[in-house]
Amino acid sequence: MVKETSWASRLFDICNIIVLAVIALVTIIPFIYVVAGSFATQRELLEKGFILFPTEFSLEAYKYIFSTSTLMRSLGVTIFITVVGTLINITLTCLMAYPLSRRDMDFRSPIQLLVIFTMLFSGGMIPTFLVVKELGMLDTYWSLLLPGAISAFNLIIIRSFFQQLPPDLEESAKIDGASDPGILLRIVIPLSLPALATFSLFYAVGHWNTYFSSILYINDSTKWPIQVLLRQIVMLSQGGSLGDTSSLESNFIPPDQAVKMAVIVISTVPILIVYPFLQKHFAKGALLGSVKG
Amino acid sequence: MVRNKWLYIMLLPGLLYFIIFKYVPMYGLLLAFKNYQPFLGFVDSEWVGLKHFNRFFGDPLFWKLLSNTFILAAYNILFFFPLPIILALMLNELRSQAYKKWIQTMVYIPHFMSWVVIVSIAYLFFTTEGGLVNEAIASMGGEKIQFLLSPGWFRTFITGEVMWKETGWGTIIFLAALAGVDTQLYEAAKIDGAGRMRQLWHITLPAIRSTIIILLILRLGNFLDTGFEQIFLMLNSLNREVGEVFDTYVYTTGISQGEYSYSTAVGLFKSVVGLVLVFGSNFIAKRFGEEGIL
Repeated sequence: MVKETSWASRLFDICNIIVLAVIALVTIIPFIYVVAGSFATQRELLEKGFILFPTEFSLEAYKYIFSTSTLMRSLGVTIFITVVGTLINITLTCLMAYPLSRRDMDFRSPIQLLVIFTMLFSGGMIPTFLVVKELGMLDTYWSLLLPGAISAFNLIIIRSFFQQLPPDLEESAKIDGASDPGILLRIVIPLSLPALATFSLFYAVGHWNTYFSSILYINDSTKWPIQVLLRQIVMLSQGGSLGDTSSLESNFIPPDQAVKMAVIVISTVPILIVYPFLQKHFAKGALLGSVKG
Repeated sequence: MVRNKWLYIMLLPGLLYFIIFKYVPMYGLLLAFKNYQPFLGFVDSEWVGLKHFNRFFGDPLFWKLLSNTFILAAYNILFFFPLPIILALMLNELRSQAYKKWIQTMVYIPHFMSWVVIVSIAYLFFTTEGGLVNEAIASMGGEKIQFLLSPGWFRTFITGEVMWKETGWGTIIFLAALAGVDTQLYEAAKIDGAGRMRQLWHITLPAIRSTIIILLILRLGNFLDTGFEQIFLMLNSLNREVGEVFDTYVYTTGISQGEYSYSTAVGLFKSVVGLVLVFGSNFIAKRFGEEGIL
């Protein structure tokens, strides 16, 4: 009896291991195909169709990308938006989270209520668009930086984090004559660096992946982030006119398969570089989220 | 008041942000009851009462949007929702922690990719012009299939992409629940002669039952949120009849056609229904949650 179960059990284990390996491979093979394709020659891609390792290693696609001004410019836009945007996010979030974490602050709970309500209800796309328009931010980078400057959710979590810090430190700093900004800058922020790093990553990934706000607020194709350009480039193969978005400048040559793949690679590599950190910290963040929700 | 002067100064930028970008738009929802003319401005545009709502609810398109949303949500719950649970259970059965880490590392990756990247890769695989799948079909003598342009394939693709992107990431919450199971329960079950299937059925599944129920209820609560960016990216003039949902319709009528008031009314309808659903589902989930704890 015991032997029989262990035999069935072992068979189950083996099947489980194999099925999981298949699932994991199916998940990442599309990415491997895209990376391999981006380093392959157009000829090999056409002949073999599916490759996981190019026999003829070619950098043509990347050379092409780095020689075009369109692609390099939108890569620059995305890097700018990600860096500046994340700085604005984390600065504003900390500045607001700290007063809200102080129990001796007046109007604390009404302000928090004000913040939490925005997570449940919003003015929606059109009124927000009109506000951005009225502020004269259309076709400026401000429209990508400011409308999402603070995530209510991140704000509440960072506030809770500040609240958990030992109050004695702040007390003693106050006795030594430190001002509130001094306490935030010299005590609270240094003590919260790991958490703040995590939330900066949250914000940064959001900026890097931003697509729809650019469609909404940016008409000028010279100001498009990489995600919008990637979309345009891939859509060209399906007849750009079918899409809802305007097409590229007329002198832009429809790229071949390898170039498309290389653009996908370029627009994901930064995410893959920070991925080990993401995986470690975001899992915790996701759990926090589920507890709150 | 002066006592915390600096605190108020620090609070100011954030407060301004919430007022300008969150509460002014909420006030702007009044547009839904006006006939907004850009040259007249917000204040001087005339009030029209429920005109836009009457137009929307009277339009057959309203039912189309509602049914598209319903069907997409149903597909999501039927075909996607169980997957993270199954995957989490499989991961939980692994004996080697190192192997488990490896698998997790791989299946979490797509979650961090943008929808543009996911949809672009789907295009590379499925277009009729050089797409991998269609080339394979053609080389075997088959006829190329218009995967991306035909209404019949739209929902399959939306659901399939969600499966690819989010199944791995979705396991996290279940794995956390599974990690909390007392290992002594398994020891005791083994002594009583329970096999692995029985352990799964009597210990593991009950341990995550309340998590499953709560997530299901919350999912039902925000079924109106069908994953706007993804649908927007997959939508084209040929599959619009099955793919148009409330958010994409707001975009088309509001931004593309400039019918600000009408599209605001549509958006307001969606927001209000969403709010009611979220409160309702939270209420129900809490009741279930209490039961789960008891």
